[in-house]
Amino acid sequence: MNSEPELLTTPLDGLHRELGARMVPFAGYAMPVQYPAGIIKEHEQTRHAAGLFDVSHMGQVRLTARHGGSLEDAARALESLVPADIVNLKPGRQRYTQFTNAAGGILDDLMVTSMGDHLYLVVNAGCKVEDIAHMRAELADRCELEVLEERALIALQGPRAVAAFAKLVPDCAALSFMQAATWDFDGDRLLVSRSGYTGEDGLEISVPGKGAETLVRRLLEDPDVAPVGLGARDSLRLEAGLCLYGHDIDTTTTPIEAGLAWSIQKRRRSEGGFPGAEVIQDQLANGTSRRRVGLRPEGRAPVREGAVIRDLSGNAIGAVTSGGFGATVGGPIAMGYVTSEHAQAGTALELELRGKGVPATVTALPFVPQGYQRT
Amino acid sequence: MSDRLYSKDHEWIEMDADIGTIGVSDHAQEQLGDVVFVELPEIGRAVVQNEEAAVVESVKAASEVYSPVSGEVVEVNETLTDDPAQVNADPHGEGWFIRIRVDDMSQLEGLMNEEAYQEFLAELD
Repeated sequence: MNSEPELLTTPLDGLHRELGARMVPFAGYAMPVQYPAGIIKEHEQTRHAAGLFDVSHMGQVRLTARHGGSLEDAARALESLVPADIVNLKPGRQRYTQFTNAAGGILDDLMVTSMGDHLYLVVNAGCKVEDIAHMRAELADRCELEVLEERALIALQGPRAVAAFAKLVPDCAALSFMQAATWDFDGDRLLVSRSGYTGEDGLEISVPGKGAETLVRRLLEDPDVAPVGLGARDSLRLEAGLCLYGHDIDTTTTPIEAGLAWSIQKRRRSEGGFPGAEVIQDQLANGTSRRRVGLRPEGRAPVREGAVIRDLSGNAIGAVTSGGFGATVGGPIAMGYVTSEHAQAGTALELELRGKGVPATVTALPFVPQGYQRT
Repeated sequence: MSDRLYSKDHEWIEMDADIGTIGVSDHAQEQLGDVVFVELPEIGRAVVQNEEAAVVESVKAASEVYSPVSGEVVEVNETLTDDPAQVNADPHGEGWFIRIRVDDMSQLEGLMNEEAYQEFLAELD
């Protein structure tokens, strides 16, 4: 008998199976890890043309102020949970931030978009239950929280992604990186942002679940577009130097240790007013004892999460938090935390693999140039 | 029909006198996905039945390759070091891993022939 809880499915489940996807359990959902093309081809497809990802398992939340309050009231309320400047986020603009805890650790990372009359949040699938409970507990007196459970989320990523989507919604090409807007397509209201998790130019498209399959089928008719699974999503984001929650960042790492200080705007650094502000302000002023770095192992063997990082004298100085094969780099790549004196690019280290030391070099992130379009 | 014999761990062995060539099955390479690295044993090493003889890394994860029988490694497929994708492209041919001198031919009796292995795979689904 199967004692596993029943997996949830996205509105594109039938289409994934029709396309020959290998489905795996992920954060409680049945998700495609790869299609028949395979992870390396799907990775390259995204780097050279356009990859289409189903990320409907992620949490989409709409936040509005209660009691006839303004958008600014909602933004100010959210600022009590995250270190980014949300109050000064202009309508149609998007920002990356984190939910922090009292120790400055990261509860989840998320995208926040100002839609003019409300805030639109996208949170990780694996954290969404906790995130929603956290927001309800902390913001309920000030904000109305609507979980957009019926909406699907599609990422269209790669240098030809915008051109492909512009065939359906011509105005989308006017968006710049980290901007968002809504358009009607086939009777559905789409929320589109120029953003993603691959390091490439591209879009993330929120669509009502009932219209998702029609939209995706239309996009897949384009010879530049092919479906891409979670396997390549992971190798693409690793090459792009982007953190994966639960691996590269979690409650034991702060945004400063993780190299995410850029996501904390000036006003918030000085004013504080978010959980763990004292810790984070101290780290901004005085530095941290460890840092997240990119690592390039020598040879061809991938070095994976959990591998011990040693200095050349053999002292353990950290651990790998993500590691694998970078298809565009053409070799193994990894990220991990090391003591700050070893965080300089070019530092020679050793990674423990099957009882042996693999020479590795601290490498600036990202491993591949970003394709973001800041028009 | 080939003389290839299979283990329940999805390795195959093909005998030529007392020398057995070992690789992973087509089913195994499909399950692994794109192979990006292979770690082969040293020549002369003794491998033990159902114990690790090599490591194969796909994009997703590292997996052990178990030897279907015990013996001494006499040859390894060096071409996999530079071209690990051969494991996906030709798992029963160019994608072989190692050749061993088999210690005890009677260990082969516990392995499956092609037909039995196909039945075994059908039961797994």
